[in-house]
Amino acid sequence: MPEVLKAPLVVEFPFTRSLGPVQSAFLTGLRERVVLGVKTRDGRTLVPPVEYDPVTAEEIRDLVEVAPTGTVTTWAWNHEPRRDQPLDTPFAWVLVRLDGADTALLHALDAPGPDSVHTGMRVRVRWAQERAGAITDIACFEPYDGEPAEPAGHSGEFDDAVTGIVAAARLDYTYSPGRAQSAYINALSDRRTVGERCPSCRKVYVPPRGACPTCGVATSEQVEVGPGGTVTTFCVVNIKAKNLDIEVPYVYAHIALDGAGLALHGRIGGIPYDQVRMGLRVEPVWTEGARYPDHYRPTGEPDADYDTYKELP
Amino acid sequence: MSKEPVAVVGIGQTKHVSARRDVSIAGLVREAARRALDDAELTWADVDAVVIGKAPDFFEGVMMPELYLADALGAVGKPMLRVHTAGSVGGSTALVAASLVAARVHGTVLTLAFEKQSESNAMWGLSLPIPFQQPLLAGAGGFFAPHVRAYMRRSGAPDTIGSLVAYKDRRNALKNPYAHLHEHDITLEKVQASPMLWDPIRYSETCPSSDGACAMILTDRAGAARSPRPPAWMHGGAMRSEPTLFAGKDAVSPQAGKDCAADVYRQAGISDPRRDIDAVEMYVPFSWYEPMWLENLGFAAEGEGWKLTEAGATELDGDLPVNMSGGVLSTNPIGASGMIRFAEAALQVRGQAGEHQVDGARRALGHAYGGGSQFFSMWLVGAAPPQT
Ligand SMILES: [Zn+2]
Repeated sequence: MPEVLKAPLVVEFPFTRSLGPVQSAFLTGLRERVVLGVKTRDGRTLVPPVEYDPVTAEEIRDLVEVAPTGTVTTWAWNHEPRRDQPLDTPFAWVLVRLDGADTALLHALDAPGPDSVHTGMRVRVRWAQERAGAITDIACFEPYDGEPAEPAGHSGEFDDAVTGIVAAARLDYTYSPGRAQSAYINALSDRRTVGERCPSCRKVYVPPRGACPTCGVATSEQVEVGPGGTVTTFCVVNIKAKNLDIEVPYVYAHIALDGAGLALHGRIGGIPYDQVRMGLRVEPVWTEGARYPDHYRPTGEPDADYDTYKELP
Repeated sequence: MSKEPVAVVGIGQTKHVSARRDVSIAGLVREAARRALDDAELTWADVDAVVIGKAPDFFEGVMMPELYLADALGAVGKPMLRVHTAGSVGGSTALVAASLVAARVHGTVLTLAFEKQSESNAMWGLSLPIPFQQPLLAGAGGFFAPHVRAYMRRSGAPDTIGSLVAYKDRRNALKNPYAHLHEHDITLEKVQASPMLWDPIRYSETCPSSDGACAMILTDRAGAARSPRPPAWMHGGAMRSEPTLFAGKDAVSPQAGKDCAADVYRQAGISDPRRDIDAVEMYVPFSWYEPMWLENLGFAAEGEGWKLTEAGATELDGDLPVNMSGGVLSTNPIGASGMIRFAEAALQVRGQAGEHQVDGARRALGHAYGGGSQFFSMWLVGAAPPQT
């Protein structure tokens, strides 16, 4: 089997979250070293608090302060902390039922080893030095053998409440384009465009996907297409994209390479943008070291007849 | 055994805006759901199941909304399902909910779709840098603009048609209190003078980016009999899919859209959609999609859709009003946009569309599409129960 390409793909984005009244109070409380829960209709105190009663579905807003001390209800040892976890040395993930709460909060427990952790052990909050209104304002929990702390009865009202957070998300993938596209990409390094022909409908897919989506059969017969092609349709882009270093206006076109069953997308250059037209005959322009043609330019041939390309998407 | 007839007895929307910073996502969906329950005069306990839809996960970074939103939607102890079909998701979510009632699995179902575009960046979500692939050179508008040009060439439509659609939809939005854009000083000249972003698409011919949610209460015949307000009855519903790109794809008038409409019309006994349907809420994120979908949905012959727009047939007082609510061009919380189309169609046949009501609307079509014109979902609702 020929070489299949692989590369890392990192998808990350700093999503923002509006908190709403309950999460706003909870996170602002942490900033002020106050842990808040919410009372349900049946008199339980939920920590962390939620906006809606899990039993009755009613809106709940009755915030109550609970103690920063509590009891471990269950735990798991984390041998190898990963990036952005609460501690960078091995620690226990714990569910802690704080004194005054009926539900448990998930956090980290700083402990020397798994032998020192047990269900039922007493712990207390270790506050972060710098607090901004986030769950990380609790740096972690630590073992505690004193009396339960007394909550001060905070009302849950704060000046300068936190109303939003940034919830950064990151996913690490290993991406592989698969056999058919690897062959296509490898051929591009010789400045050749190679697709695959469907054994059933005989259409040539560029780039190939390894199967024909219309006939539902595998493709394998390689077919070189182009280098010439026809502009089947296009638009003139007048707004600059953040991630692209292309001067506007430019023409973004669908180009059916000669012999291909569908169009690929590319930029048209070497002609004023307002003279580009459907049917224009073009060819690729390569730059040294680039994987794809930099753009396509007119070949000077007469325009293609509408009927020859109108059904090429 | 025939299917159980499905009725819409409750509809709720949030006021769509560019950013709802005062509520969490849970608070946003709750607001729409609460309004739908109030409209139906029902409580959380009356709901047997919840079916939700939202935009693709990267659009807002919520991977499992069904876990996070169960308590906000009163779903604890009940079945809760999530539906995914890109931009058409609001429509397909409603159809999945409807099928649960039609199959007599549940008597009353809450269905809801939402998006908080302000908490993410849909453009980023659409253009992840995939290794070895050429970066997308144009974004969403640039993706659709070449198809619009292909339509203009194929149909010979004059350049001005797109601006007529935008001018109409933005004026309709002024009559809809829930619409996002309320451009009180809109004129045709302003639309035509707005900047050309992706020629042939101008700024004023594109949809906004919105935060919003839409909910409906669907129920069976017994539930409809208890409804305090007139129900909308489902007469037909269908979904169709096709690949984004394939040899032979007609991006201007996709086969999946034609097949989906034909299926809905067959179920509803519609032989001439132009004559038999009184109002349409169709998914038009770029103004030119109105004439394109008029043809795809069979309201006009191929190449003739723009003539309906030009003649004013699709205006609020025309003989085939389209997007009375102001449409996606005036309100676009992507994950909810399809359900808003379905709900607005239902509002029309219930006679509850307020200032944007079409007089005497008896049958209305709700339409959604998504992805690269590859997912279609539609329903036809009527003021009278379906004949079974
Ligand atoms: Zn084939």
